[in-house]
Amino acid sequence: MENNNQASLFLDYVYEIYNTMRSKEISLVYEGEITHEITKAFTSLTESNMGKEQENSSVQRKVFHVMVECLQNISKHSEAGDMYQSKDGRGIFMIHKNDNKYSITTGNAILNENIASLKAMLDNINSKNKEELKALYKKQIKEGRLSEKKGAGLGFIDIARKTGNKLEYNFREVDETTSFFILTSTVLRIN
Amino acid sequence: METIKIQGTDDTPGVILDPIDKLFQISGRSLPEDVTAFYDPLLEWLDDYAEENKDKIEFEFKLTYFNTASSKLLLDVLLKLEEMHEDGTEILIKWFFPDDDEDMEEAGEEYADIVEVPFEQISYTL
Repeated sequence: MENNNQASLFLDYVYEIYNTMRSKEISLVYEGEITHEITKAFTSLTESNMGKEQENSSVQRKVFHVMVECLQNISKHSEAGDMYQSKDGRGIFMIHKNDNKYSITTGNAILNENIASLKAMLDNINSKNKEELKALYKKQIKEGRLSEKKGAGLGFIDIARKTGNKLEYNFREVDETTSFFILTSTVLRIN
Repeated sequence: METIKIQGTDDTPGVILDPIDKLFQISGRSLPEDVTAFYDPLLEWLDDYAEENKDKIEFEFKLTYFNTASSKLLLDVLLKLEEMHEDGTEILIKWFFPDDDEDMEEAGEEYADIVEVPFEQISYTL
């Protein structure tokens, strides 16, 4: 009897998720390890959906760019600490779509000690206009070195340039070592 | 010198480095899982080639997409070509971009600003 009740609660929960996704216009959501294979699968799925819907080709390219950089950010930089039993490269990935825009949202664990530098980097990017972002990109590509995890330090700058929008972000403290970092990038659709 | 011919895939570019027919091209999509593992052999090949050859090189970039990690390695390829140019090899970079892709056109302009090598921008219809 109790099992039946639990099963029924679970089914209610599934229906609730379905309704939430519909009402919030979320077309894709994933939580787990972000690998190269996952990145390829999501980008090709989204590409084929946008193709079917005959989305504007410039919008398609921008969404693709942002997705790749966001997913690779998680696979390279998610630092779990004690969250997720010390498993790096995990996070949440969501695509929200409505008549006006696509929003690509990622969330991943980050060590508290790294928040200040990440925040400074994002604020610096958000304070710059188109030309300044271009200059920042050029400076970083010339002077930057590939990190140990093969990141070029260009991902956020590239997202800001390609979308033409500010990077929206938030940190939620999990415990004394770890926080959850949420980033949303918006690509406007051309109607 | 051996010829390098790599078929392009969903995430790695097609590459032709042919010392006999003098064909040099990187095309397609570049978002390899490990950028240096993909590009380092190409950079080494260019080093070896530069030691033995001083003939004119027309190097074609015909990419439809590259991620930021690749953009750094593409700059390394261009810097290698700039070095060869400084050592007296005639170099021409041909940067192809789809005619409706402003971002790819701009990427070419930015590279042209950074490296001092003759650089030609060519639009085409996908």
